[in-house]
Amino acid sequence: MKEILNIKNDFPVLVNNKDLVYLDSGATSLKPYCVLNKMDEYYTKYGVNVNRGVYDLSYQATDEYEKTREVVAEFLNCDSREVVYTKGASNGLNMLALSIGYNMINEGDEIITSELEHHSSFLPWQQIAKNKNATIKFVPLNDEGRITVENFLKVLSNKTKVVCLTHASNVMGYVTPIKEIIKEAHKVGAIVIVDGAQSVPHIKVDVKELDCDFLAFSAHKMLGPTGFGLVYGKYNILSKIKPVEYGGDMIEEVYKDSSIYKEAPYCFETGTPPIAEAIGFSEAIKYLNNIGFDKIESHVKDLTDYCLDKLSTIEGITIYNKTTDVGIITFNINNVHPHDASAILNEDLICVRAGHHCAKLITSWLGVNSTLRACLYIYNTHEDVDKFVESIKRCVEYFKEW
Amino acid sequence: MSNINDLYNQVLRDHRNYPRNKGLIEGYRSLHAKNPSCGDDVTVQIDIKDGIIKDVRHDGTGCAICCSSASAMSEVLIGKTIEEANSIIKDFYELIKGTLPTDEDRLGDAIVFVNIHNFPPRIKCATLSWRAADTLLNTDETGEKDV
Ligand SMILES: Cc1ncc(COP(=O)(O)O)c(C=O)c1O
Repeated sequence: MKEILNIKNDFPVLVNNKDLVYLDSGATSLKPYCVLNKMDEYYTKYGVNVNRGVYDLSYQATDEYEKTREVVAEFLNCDSREVVYTKGASNGLNMLALSIGYNMINEGDEIITSELEHHSSFLPWQQIAKNKNATIKFVPLNDEGRITVENFLKVLSNKTKVVCLTHASNVMGYVTPIKEIIKEAHKVGAIVIVDGAQSVPHIKVDVKELDCDFLAFSAHKMLGPTGFGLVYGKYNILSKIKPVEYGGDMIEEVYKDSSIYKEAPYCFETGTPPIAEAIGFSEAIKYLNNIGFDKIESHVKDLTDYCLDKLSTIEGITIYNKTTDVGIITFNINNVHPHDASAILNEDLICVRAGHHCAKLITSWLGVNSTLRACLYIYNTHEDVDKFVESIKRCVEYFKEW
Repeated sequence: MSNINDLYNQVLRDHRNYPRNKGLIEGYRSLHAKNPSCGDDVTVQIDIKDGIIKDVRHDGTGCAICCSSASAMSEVLIGKTIEEANSIIKDFYELIKGTLPTDEDRLGDAIVFVNIHNFPPRIKCATLSWRAADTLLNTDETGEKDV
């Protein structure tokens, strides 16, 4: 079968495990050689600290490290001053909740979230709401499990101060109509934080076009290294919110009774950062851009349709999101616990996730304890899908007698 | 190379489909143990009179490994003294590392988990109910516990 993309050989894990079928990119993506080489280059040629030394190597390290900010800014269509380095989506979402939550939320204010949220998007606000006596409002999901603009309007009010929603669900694979939601939220003056952890790897995200106030995502789900992520913040808000971590690098002046912090985004970045990871991430963006998001989307869609077609012919499985948008397929084998099923899949060298995927609210909404999740990404092929489907069939057969 | 049939054998299947001592009884001391990473969720109850385990009950949801292990455990612990039970639990902890106890019979059907060390991600499933029983026997803890 013809592949839109045929790039397995760019990914060392796939080169070193020839028969592996990797369908767990929602947890973390594999990394191409170019990213690893770039990180190696830092460690082997100029592996020193950033922002500190006045010698040539330190200058070079700082320069490479800061270049990523430019690359990300161009990628998201924003200014590099609007790009904050974080340790990942969870870190970014927590930082935003702590800063905005403690400084701008008052008793009686409302925060809009949803049952589709990853725990890292929802739990920080649950905590803020408890501390501030604010109220959490859930966008009612429609029958399919989607966030709709219509349902969003049911919970939006003049009391809404913050809207924190996922752009793409890591369980259902649905893309939220976030642009329209942002427009409505801004009418009541609410700040909108978008969890882009699953959307940015799959679709072209233009923060100007969305007009979001904040966007958080992780490098490692889009071919980049672990331990590094980004927050985009609209500068007129980012420059007003307060840092939540204090220490080296983020200060301008320090006195015994007060200090002056650097301007955004640097006031949010303290301590020695994951330098190699930041530098390596620029290669991941270049790699994705080289392919182009049109192609990425059509490749993933092609495989997803093919996979859903095949799965729907198997009796004895339940698919929870047949209308998935970003290559995430969540399902169960009837009467077989996901962990038992993954024992068979594992034997067939197929990597899928089993569990609640750090999103217990949506697993509860589905009325189950846990599910299996297969994620299709740029390096997957029709052959991967065939092997996966065969293994699922074997699984159904194996546990039929059980 | 470990085969999947080493894990999913007849004995295990029998316990999964016909669990022994399943269902909770009001008034017993109980512990609710969960493995938050996978959703295995089991409550274990132990009723002790005069130093003897009179009854062991279990209930919950989870994979076949978790459910059958709880069932097999309940069978072997009933009728034992606390001391005997502790020693059996110790044997089980060794068994899941692949070490057979000197007296294999003492573990009853739980002996089938001797191959579980070949499936490291599943060890937690097999031990969940045993850790709950261990806690019930050796501490004052009741209620909720993440194991
Ligand atoms: C939708 C969503 N948000 C946030 C996160 C958190 O990302 P990380 O674990 O990289 O901090 C994830 C990752 O699982 C996710 O899928």
